[in-house]
Amino acid sequence: MMNLNIPTKQKIRVLVAKPGLDGHDRGAKVIARALRDAGFEVIYTGLHQTPEMVINAAVQEDVHVVGLSILSGAHNALVPEISDGLKTAGLTDVLFILGGIIPDEDMDFLKKAGVHMIFTPGTSLEEVVTYIRNNAPTRS
Amino acid sequence: MSNGNDVDAIKKATDEWQSRIVQGEKKVPPRPARFTTLSDMDVPLLSTPADLEADGFDYLRDLGFPGEFPYTRGVQRNMYRGKLWTMRQFAGFASAEETNQRFKLLLAHGQTGLSTAFDMPTLMGYDADSPHSVGEIGKCGVSVSSIEDMETLFNGIPLGEVTTSMTINGPAIVILCMYLAVAEKQGVPKEKVRGTLQNDILKEYIAQKEWLFPVIPAVELVIDTIQYCSEHYPNWNTVSISGYHIREAGATAVQELAFTIADGLAYVDGCLKRGMKIDDFAPRLSFFWDVHNDFFEEIAKFRASRRIWANLMRHRYHAQDPKSWMLRTHAQTAGVSLTAQQPYNNIVRVAVQALAAVLGGTNSLHTNSMDETLSLPTDESVMIALRTQQILAEETGITNVVDPLGGSYFIETLTNRVEREAMEYIHRIDELGGMVNAIERGFPQAEIANSAYHFQRQMESKDKVMVGVNKYQTIEPKRTIDTLYIDRAIEKRQIEKLADLKRRRNKDAHAASLLRVKNAAQMGQNLMEPIISAVKAYATLQEICDTLRGVFGEYRESGSF
Repeated sequence: MMNLNIPTKQKIRVLVAKPGLDGHDRGAKVIARALRDAGFEVIYTGLHQTPEMVINAAVQEDVHVVGLSILSGAHNALVPEISDGLKTAGLTDVLFILGGIIPDEDMDFLKKAGVHMIFTPGTSLEEVVTYIRNNAPTRS
Repeated sequence: MSNGNDVDAIKKATDEWQSRIVQGEKKVPPRPARFTTLSDMDVPLLSTPADLEADGFDYLRDLGFPGEFPYTRGVQRNMYRGKLWTMRQFAGFASAEETNQRFKLLLAHGQTGLSTAFDMPTLMGYDADSPHSVGEIGKCGVSVSSIEDMETLFNGIPLGEVTTSMTINGPAIVILCMYLAVAEKQGVPKEKVRGTLQNDILKEYIAQKEWLFPVIPAVELVIDTIQYCSEHYPNWNTVSISGYHIREAGATAVQELAFTIADGLAYVDGCLKRGMKIDDFAPRLSFFWDVHNDFFEEIAKFRASRRIWANLMRHRYHAQDPKSWMLRTHAQTAGVSLTAQQPYNNIVRVAVQALAAVLGGTNSLHTNSMDETLSLPTDESVMIALRTQQILAEETGITNVVDPLGGSYFIETLTNRVEREAMEYIHRIDELGGMVNAIERGFPQAEIANSAYHFQRQMESKDKVMVGVNKYQTIEPKRTIDTLYIDRAIEKRQIEKLADLKRRRNKDAHAASLLRVKNAAQMGQNLMEPIISAVKAYATLQEICDTLRGVFGEYRESGSF
């Protein structure tokens, strides 16, 4: 299902996703609202998503940005699966970001797995907005 | 002759003083434009007897005496002179073996009660071998899939001599049945089984979001446990009605208080609907508050909570037993207040929060460890957190006296205000048809999301300060504290143990026990006895939960924000 009506100046579309069993959604919801207020188009998956559900949502919504929120410690298992799935599904240019409680020692592994940027607690909303604005892919 | 207690004279003198302030403020203007609590309530510069008079303050009616209605000053007559609060550090990680070792360490160092954290799959009713569990085993707590894990968890710990708190909600009934079965195996008499099951499913839909079933059958499971324990386990606290998670999700102090009390009222209504008598179950309901950074706001919240509950139980439900009126509470310092930046600062935050909980009259307390924003805590940081409580209890002198802030013009007017605003929310929820309906309409969820967003905006504009995060930041090249790392080998070991159990168990007894659970669920019977039989037949957590999912269905939340 290709969208052939591509507007000249596309709004940045962001998927905010909560993969895994983690129920801590305060951060995800605050970020989703801030991104919407900043003028992005935001889709929030809701809780308890499997990697497959996240990938499907990203494909269906044809997003420019996928932002995962994980605070449960399950990132090393979930992130590579989602990253690989996005590539397999053809979303090769998507900006892939992660927020949550991520120990320093896991960061290299996650970046190698395809995460472009990791936002840890204390990050301001403005930093996230600016990062997305500067780095989201442009599609013509 | 002085007329110093005359309220009109005080008002007049206050006005005069105010005008002198205005003169002074021309030289030294107030720092921010507004002075507010953490929850954004305006704070007066000064309170006087005139403010209490304006509230219609009545000492005997509003405060009375400790251990007596309406318990504003505390639920025990001599408070901490008689018994210190229970120092109860929440613990659980990796497998039952590791957590059992942590429990023994804490008991050896003077902790007086156990508190169990379960991992995410367990909290969601999934076994270690479920595809949903990949990467999650043992990360946020201990993995318990069967009664054998529960036996290992409490191996060498006499369950008749400790009190155990278990933080689990969605599948709480199954975990409780496992615990009761283990206590029975240890030969502990039923009246000696003491502890608390969190079992507060309503706040899961509101805030913590670890649910299994739709709201109505889930509440019925809670009522099953209350009903069964009121008959068989008289000293078990069946529900810990929890504000903690509501607050951590972004609620204000007033919202935390109001939504939690409204949850409690929903359980009470559910029990009464089943024909139970208020005084048969209300004494075993307990509460759990967050204790956040705003010192006086927290103390006011604790004091107001006791007065609200006592009045509701006595006047709305006509409870006769004073134990039904008493709001007994556990408290935990605010996880959200901890910062990953400059983590040693967290020790100070925790100490101040713990002081507020004690001055607020808590009955039990968990102090967070400084590294909990980074990972589960290490042995060393857990010890500092426990020592913080011991220093407060045994060095500072605060335990000598009951409710020392009682009578403070500011604390009393703040307590009144917190009570008034919380009651406004409770009445709104009553109008929506009670908390179950309010949740289904998304009311508390939306209120909390709004507060969380408002607070984050205040952080961005520096109206609210977090030291090391939006003020006084330092460039930190690398974190300098050790953190606890959960090995993924645990996952493999848990899965193997479970496979072994499934080979060993009696297949017929197992299948029959699950069928009994299913039938009882379909017929709307109390599920405690069928589930106790099932766990004894080595049915796993997920097998029992899946059986119930088959009957009740699953809850799904819309992705609104």
